[in-house]
Amino acid sequence: MTTDFIVHDKADTVGVVVVENVKPGQELTGWLMESDETVKLSALDAVPLGHKIALSDIREGDTIWKYGHDVGRAAAQIGKGRHVHTHNMKTKRW
Amino acid sequence: MARYDFYGYRRANGRIGTRNHVIILPLDDLANAACEAVANNIKGTLALPHAYGRLQFGEDLELHFRTLIGTGSNPNVAAAVVIGIEPGWTGRVVEGIAKTGKPVAGFAIEERGDIDTIAAASRKAREFLQAASEHQRQLSSLNELWISTKCGESDTTSGLASCPTVGNVIDKVDPLGATTCFGETSEITGAEDVCASRAATKEVGDKFMRAFAAYQEMIDRHKTSDLSESQPTKGNIAGGLTTIEEKAFGNLAKIGRKTKYIEVLKPAESPSKGSGLYYMDTSSAAAECVTLQAAAGFVVHLFPTGQGNVIGNPIEPVIKLTANPKTARTMSEHIDLDVSGILKREMTLDEAGDRLIDLMIRTCNGRLTCAETLGHREFVMTKLYPSA
Repeated sequence: MTTDFIVHDKADTVGVVVVENVKPGQELTGWLMESDETVKLSALDAVPLGHKIALSDIREGDTIWKYGHDVGRAAAQIGKGRHVHTHNMKTKRW
Repeated sequence: MARYDFYGYRRANGRIGTRNHVIILPLDDLANAACEAVANNIKGTLALPHAYGRLQFGEDLELHFRTLIGTGSNPNVAAAVVIGIEPGWTGRVVEGIAKTGKPVAGFAIEERGDIDTIAAASRKAREFLQAASEHQRQLSSLNELWISTKCGESDTTSGLASCPTVGNVIDKVDPLGATTCFGETSEITGAEDVCASRAATKEVGDKFMRAFAAYQEMIDRHKTSDLSESQPTKGNIAGGLTTIEEKAFGNLAKIGRKTKYIEVLKPAESPSKGSGLYYMDTSSAAAECVTLQAAAGFVVHLFPTGQGNVIGNPIEPVIKLTANPKTARTMSEHIDLDVSGILKREMTLDEAGDRLIDLMIRTCNGRLTCAETLGHREFVMTKLYPSA
């Protein structure tokens, strides 16, 4: 079975797409590394290889979790299955 | 022969090298032309042109000397010819390298000119090269190997797989007595508390936090924005990394899951507390960092990349690995090890680590890296502030 995206940690709110050409509406299979579980998700955007996808609805201002750690904040409302990147996520540093 | 033994060059000071270079080292920018002419005359020697060495002062000048002396002292160097505009500072570099017991000679250009200097330095370089060509590799053990690591043009696959592969190697070689090094101070931003907690003692962790705070203060002083497009870089962003915090956790995966660092080094400072993992206060720019690590005496380098950094180093072989299947496909001539199988769940992290150790040992035995075959020899001195 193809692994379309990978999640580092159970606490994470984003996963990383690891296949090319993910399209809106595509049903994705994910691998949660920490617990070796399989998770399912529908993509709502085209998400390039290596880019993040929201695992749940994220409100503007919410902390975004990856590696089980705080890696920034949502700069806009982000729906589950949406592409997460510089257009809707910002650093809390500098 | 134990599993991780390798064949290296034993130097007069007891250190083991993986290469046998005769270098032609400029003290300053003015000596670059003469050094390149010598390396052109004497085939098989290596000139290391760089941009600095004039009117530096204070800590910046000390770093300049430490980097040049350390480069010449690296066990991958069999012998060194040093050329500078004047004899005083040239002699200081020669004396520093001579402490290793290896052959070294200095030449100054003033009162002689380039042409006579090139002739005299070429004769000495020829003598050094012929002597070096008779050095034989000897059986050496992993506890004599100094390994550095740094990642570049990272993307999210770096944090998922290629950096953890290096971390797996660090966790395996640390108990066997290898000496290892990581750095990249700015690129730990967001993960600094986790990094501090990986120090072997509270004192070392506090020392890391002081180096980290000083770097942050420097960035705050000079920044004109939130560093978007510098940290993360444009390439990082294209590869899916959005923030420095996200990049930092991927970066830190290079030190594995359990290994603790035993000391904090200044840029280009050589480890002096015996085997173990060391943190070095460096820039996160790839060539600057690797140049400083080579100057500290590291003889082989592990370099995870996501989007495809093409770096090499003239002194230590740079082994590049990627977990990005697209990079492995489109930039294959730059990639020594493809670990994208981890993302497809066709390869475990443990298997990837074993493959990297195997490739590292073969590289230490003399196998050329991709960067070596392509002539990538990025030698970049770190400058702390403007010259006087």
